[in-house]
Amino acid sequence: MKVIEVKNLCYSYGNGREVIKNLNLEIEKGEFVAIIGHNGSGKSTFAKLLNALFTPNNGEVLIDGLNTKDKNSIYEIRKKVGVVFQNPDNQLVASIVEDDVAFGPENIGVKREEIEERINFALSAVNMQEFRKKTPTKLSGGQKQRIAIAGVLAIKPEILVLDESTAMLDPRGRKEIIDIVKDLNEKGMTVILITHYMEEVVNADRVIVLTEGEKVLEGTPREVFKKKEELKKAGLSLPPATILADKLREKGVDICEVLTPEELKEELCKLFVKI
Amino acid sequence: MKDVTFGQYYNATSFVHKMDARVKILLSIAYIVAVFLVKEFHFYGFLVAFLFIVLTTIFSKVPFFSVLRSVKGILFFVIFSAVLQIFFNTAGEVVFSWKFITITDGGLLKAGFIVCRIMMIVMGTALLTLTTTPVELADGIESLLSPLKLIKFPVHEFALIMSIALRFIPTLMEETDRIIKAQKARGADFESGNLIKRAKAMVPILIPLLVSSFRRADELADAMDARCYSGAKGRTKYKKQRITYRDIIGFLVLAGLIVGIVFLNGVL
Repeated sequence: MKVIEVKNLCYSYGNGREVIKNLNLEIEKGEFVAIIGHNGSGKSTFAKLLNALFTPNNGEVLIDGLNTKDKNSIYEIRKKVGVVFQNPDNQLVASIVEDDVAFGPENIGVKREEIEERINFALSAVNMQEFRKKTPTKLSGGQKQRIAIAGVLAIKPEILVLDESTAMLDPRGRKEIIDIVKDLNEKGMTVILITHYMEEVVNADRVIVLTEGEKVLEGTPREVFKKKEELKKAGLSLPPATILADKLREKGVDICEVLTPEELKEELCKLFVKI
Repeated sequence: MKDVTFGQYYNATSFVHKMDARVKILLSIAYIVAVFLVKEFHFYGFLVAFLFIVLTTIFSKVPFFSVLRSVKGILFFVIFSAVLQIFFNTAGEVVFSWKFITITDGGLLKAGFIVCRIMMIVMGTALLTLTTTPVELADGIESLLSPLKLIKFPVHEFALIMSIALRFIPTLMEETDRIIKAQKARGADFESGNLIKRAKAMVPILIPLLVSSFRRADELADAMDARCYSGAKGRTKYKKQRITYRDIIGFLVLAGLIVGIVFLNGVL
């Protein structure tokens, strides 16, 4: 079942320069899609087009059949598409964790008893229950971003969009977020991960590469990372493990294509056994 | 940077902490009225008010020192009003006279009276902010102002603005700290020179801070939109404030205070 349909989507910020050019794509329910691109590739604009913060100049975005251009369904669309942004500090509304998580459910008019349940559910999904009564300013970047995700999850969206949500975090914070996202996806959530860190997209079902607002590559991570020339043109690099394996191959080591550090480890161990 | 805690909230679990914020706000107002009810020079009234403060402090588990410290902030104001009374009030008999300075017993009494009144009010209201978090206060004010909805006053928006402002104080303080360090690293000098020069040195701090605040506001607005915010309409509230037996006891004690003061006004 398709949850997102994007048809001939065009968008510009009013100064004439098109940020998104004739984009077409479909996303299935439960899919994990990664969108990668260089700065200014239009990937963050795309996130805002998905939950009707922006509406297309041309073409359309359909969420579960609802058109983002239709003013009456904006509210419904935002309930379905939860977006987590880049800077956790600028997403938190309240001074206490549980109050912040409650903000979304309060907005959509959920009853008090159910808000209680939703806070429990959302905080346990991001593993932050023990911080419930704490104030977010005293937490680390990764923890704050987990609270921001909980705040979105409490609305019970069908689709979770992460708009460069790991960009401001340290490697540990990034891993925490990616692990949570993987876990949510395994439990059935449709996930759209927008990033420029290559190692984060290796877990996705499908990778879409954007350059100057156009889709230039699409496929499984393995397929996309084989097209090294195209990636270079898009200003993107490969995941660190892939780069290392490539360099070894250049030096004459018999090693096949890898994506993750785990795969690299396995390959290297195989070589070791051969010796 | 030092641990930034806004206001002077003292974290504890106590009888007074557990009282409803709205009741505490109302009782504080009633307390101020009670202190003003003390008739001129009836110092016993202040003794009753002081007794009330001591009792409340004990039941709030706040160290009495913290309550006393609240007076420090307005010490200048207290001294200023006392000096004004001592030197310029000419009621009563002269007790001291030297050249153009004359001090009368009426002036001294009045000075003492005013000092007592200010100190009682400050200590009483300090107990409110010591035992109530800023968020509770904002919620309490929202609830108390709700009748204003009838005249189309945006009570919910007002309270939301207040709580967001409180939420961003530590964030912006961190940011200020960062900007100061960054400007210092570029050779900015904030410590030397006269007042005007130092004020001018603040400009390179304030402008980046202002710009970043606007950026933050923009991003926060997007994040709130993304979380389905659409104003007060159709909104529910997670936290409900409830009147408990504690609040009723609070009301009774304060009523006792007012009766006591009025009684002493009549007797002495």
